[in-house]
Amino acid sequence: MQPGRVSSLLALLFVTFAVLYFMQRSRKKLPSIRRISGLDAIEEAIGRATEMDRPVFYTTGMADITGSYAANIFAGLELLGYTTRLVARNDADIIVGISQPNVYPLAVRVVEEGYLQANRPEAFNQDSVRFLSPTQFAYASACLGIIQREKAAATLMLGHFMAEAILLAEASAQVGSITIAGMTSMAQLPFLVAACDYMIIGDELLAAGAYLARDPVKLGSIAGQDWAKLLAVALILIGSLMVTIGDKSLFTLLNK
Amino acid sequence: MRRELPMAVACIVGLLMLAEYFFSPVTLKTWGSEIQNWSVIIAAFALGLAAVGLIRVHARRVIEKRPESYNSVLLLAAMVITAVSGIAARQGPVFKFIFERMMTPLGAAFYAMVAYHLFSAAYRTFRARSGEAAALLVAGVIVMLGRAPIGEAIWSQFPVIADWIMKWPNLAGSRGVLVGAAVGTVGVGIRVILGIDRSYLGGE
Repeated sequence: MQPGRVSSLLALLFVTFAVLYFMQRSRKKLPSIRRISGLDAIEEAIGRATEMDRPVFYTTGMADITGSYAANIFAGLELLGYTTRLVARNDADIIVGISQPNVYPLAVRVVEEGYLQANRPEAFNQDSVRFLSPTQFAYASACLGIIQREKAAATLMLGHFMAEAILLAEASAQVGSITIAGMTSMAQLPFLVAACDYMIIGDELLAAGAYLARDPVKLGSIAGQDWAKLLAVALILIGSLMVTIGDKSLFTLLNK
Repeated sequence: MRRELPMAVACIVGLLMLAEYFFSPVTLKTWGSEIQNWSVIIAAFALGLAAVGLIRVHARRVIEKRPESYNSVLLLAAMVITAVSGIAARQGPVFKFIFERMMTPLGAAFYAMVAYHLFSAAYRTFRARSGEAAALLVAGVIVMLGRAPIGEAIWSQFPVIADWIMKWPNLAGSRGVLVGAAVGTVGVGIRVILGIDRSYLGGE
């Protein structure tokens, strides 16, 4: 066993068992999930794009599927599939801007599959998924150019973004586009909250697939995650009280 | 098989990398390191595929003489020149010029635009339409004044209040979001390894 990772392994096992337990339980009773306005707004945004006869611009941001924000990209790809199905059913257009080469073939596959599932395979255009650049501001300038030249009616930024986030959000505001952004990182969150019409914060993005699909198994996994969060809150409260009275035993235990 | 094989690979590799993180046998370390080397090679092939996609999109724009296709000509020319100069001599004068005298200043110029876009967003958005919006507006103004020298010149307590806002309510909220995101990330990983989340394959 690697030193300093015992508590991490125990936490991972707890989360895994909670997820598996609630996934089984959810087959009998569907867990309820609160409304996430940002996710509900995606359908509204696609409708708006259809009425205005302007495309939807979708991007997953700067992260790669091999990095620490890979979960954001997976969530972004899941939402890309959902968005594509809506776009296909509404006969709208979508332009997908991808920053990372590893994500590009996945995005092409997801968009193609989205059109297939909407029974509109003939409408799929591989050029609608565009590899832009892995360099931050080259990617940003490409996104700005697409949004402003194509006059996107809806801009969906769902993944992981850095300093270019505010540039994309403002560019879409300048062309009158409805902007929906989602990410888990805190760094750009305040800027996007200020600049975007709808914001999906933290694990709302990671729960998006389950929320939109209403799949019992996926919703069960969200319920399991909530129990893990409760465990984290309990440990924080107990640990804070113990450290306040001068007892560091929980702190020492969690560092093992 | 088209879906089952990638899911099986994701499951096996995911479990292997988890085991490599937690346990120390040399065999696991060797396999883990080998898989990371493979991912670099796969990334290189993915880059080639993405470059082909990029060339196809822009070449089609040029051939079909679409509006503003001169941008696509410029992009393709820049791509070829950079690639050839980099392959021929990465430390050569042409590649160094492109990187140091073109790419880096352009990136810095874009970074400088962030501040102006932020002012524009703040001007558009900071309206006290509701209780939460009013709280955001007041806290934002106090923190801005607290961080700028003029704030301290106006009232010496602005920096103190700004520090308190950043240290207590802001940090508490940030940590709450981080805990949720961390648990959510683990949940996504579990779903991908177990094959429940198949978003990367397309489909629901």
